[in-house]
Amino acid sequence: MDARAEIRGFIAEKFPGVEFADGDDIFALGFATSLFAMQLVMFVEKGFGFEVTNEDLEMANFRSVDAMVALVQRSLAAA
Amino acid sequence: MKRIGVVGAGVMGTGLAQDLAQHEFGVTLIDRTEDILAKADEQIRANVRMGRLLGGKQPAFDHELISFTTDYRQLAEADFVIENITEKWDLKKEIYPRIDKICRPDVVFAANTSAISITKLAGLTGRPGQVLGMHFMNPVPMKPTVEVIRGWHTSAETLRTAQELLAGLGKEGIVVADAPGFVSNRVLMLTVNEAIYLVADRVAEAEEIDQIFKSCFGHKMGPLETADLIGLDTILYSVEVLYESFNDSKYRPCPLLKKMVDAGLHGRKSGQGFYTYR
Repeated sequence: MDARAEIRGFIAEKFPGVEFADGDDIFALGFATSLFAMQLVMFVEKGFGFEVTNEDLEMANFRSVDAMVALVQRSLAAA
Repeated sequence: MKRIGVVGAGVMGTGLAQDLAQHEFGVTLIDRTEDILAKADEQIRANVRMGRLLGGKQPAFDHELISFTTDYRQLAEADFVIENITEKWDLKKEIYPRIDKICRPDVVFAANTSAISITKLAGLTGRPGQVLGMHFMNPVPMKPTVEVIRGWHTSAETLRTAQELLAGLGKEGIVVADAPGFVSNRVLMLTVNEAIYLVADRVAEAEEIDQIFKSCFGHKMGPLETADLIGLDTILYSVEVLYESFNDSKYRPCPLLKKMVDAGLHGRKSGQGFYTYR
C-alpha cells in the first residue's frame, strides 16, 4: 500500500477542492482543525495497522503528508 | 474524598471520570448498559490521547482508577456522587431516591445540570442539605470553572465539601442561587435565541453576527457557532425549559430555531446548522 497516496486521498476526500503540497502544514493552511488531527491519528492507525505511541502522539507528526509518511514508515519498521 | 461516584456515562460523565482519574481520584462510573459503558471507556481513552496530541504535557492517566459498572450498589463505597444523566426530570426523579438508599448518609449529591431545579431534586432525597448543583462545562478536563448552585436547603458544609473536590481537580466554583437556567444558561440561551431572531429578521447573516461578538467583544466564539456546537435541539430544549419555568414571553423560542430542529439541522453533530460541517 502506498502510504503517501492513501494519506493524501484521505485528506482530499474530506476537503474536496483544497490544494496542498506534501510538505505543507495543513493546519497552518487553515482548512484542517484540531478535531481533524484526531481523525488523522485514527486513520493512520486503522489504515496501516499500528498504534501511535504516546511519544509520537504530537501535532508535529501529523502536520503534513510528509510528516505522516515518515511516522508510518518509522512505526512499521519498529513493529 | 477518595472515590467519586459518577452516574451517567454520556459526554459529561466520561469527561468528568477522565478528569477525576487524572487527578488521582478513584471513580465509579455508572450507566444502564454494558454497551454504553464500553463506549464510554473507548471515549475516555480517545480523549486522553486527544489531550496528549493537542495539549502536550498531560497529567498521568491511570485507567485502573475508573471502575465501570451497571450496579448502583457499588455507590455504597463512594464519598461523593455526581449525577450526569440526561436532562429530563422523569429520568432524574428515578435516580435520586435510589442512590439516597444506597449511599452513606454523609455523602453529598451533586447534580451536573444546566436546567433542572436543584431544590426540586433535593426534595427527592432524605438529605436535602447535602444536595447541590455543579454545572461543569464541556470538555470537563479543559474548563477551569464550574457554576455551583445552592439549592434552598443546601448547607454551608455541603458547599465547602464541593469546593474541596473542585480544588482537587484544580478548578474553581462560583456559587449562585437556584433559579431556572442559573446564570450561565439563562443569559446564554436567551442570547442565542435572540441571535437566531436576527437571522430570521434578516438583520444580519450568521457569520456577521458571530464576527461582531468575536471582534467587538473579544468572545472566542459567536452565539451561532456556539449554538451549532451545543446542538440546536439542545438549545431549543433549554429555551423551552426557561419559557415554561418563568412563564414569561421573553423566553419564547424563535420559530426559525424550531423549524431548523424539525428539519434535522442540529448543528455540528448533524453536519449542518448555521454553518456547514464536513
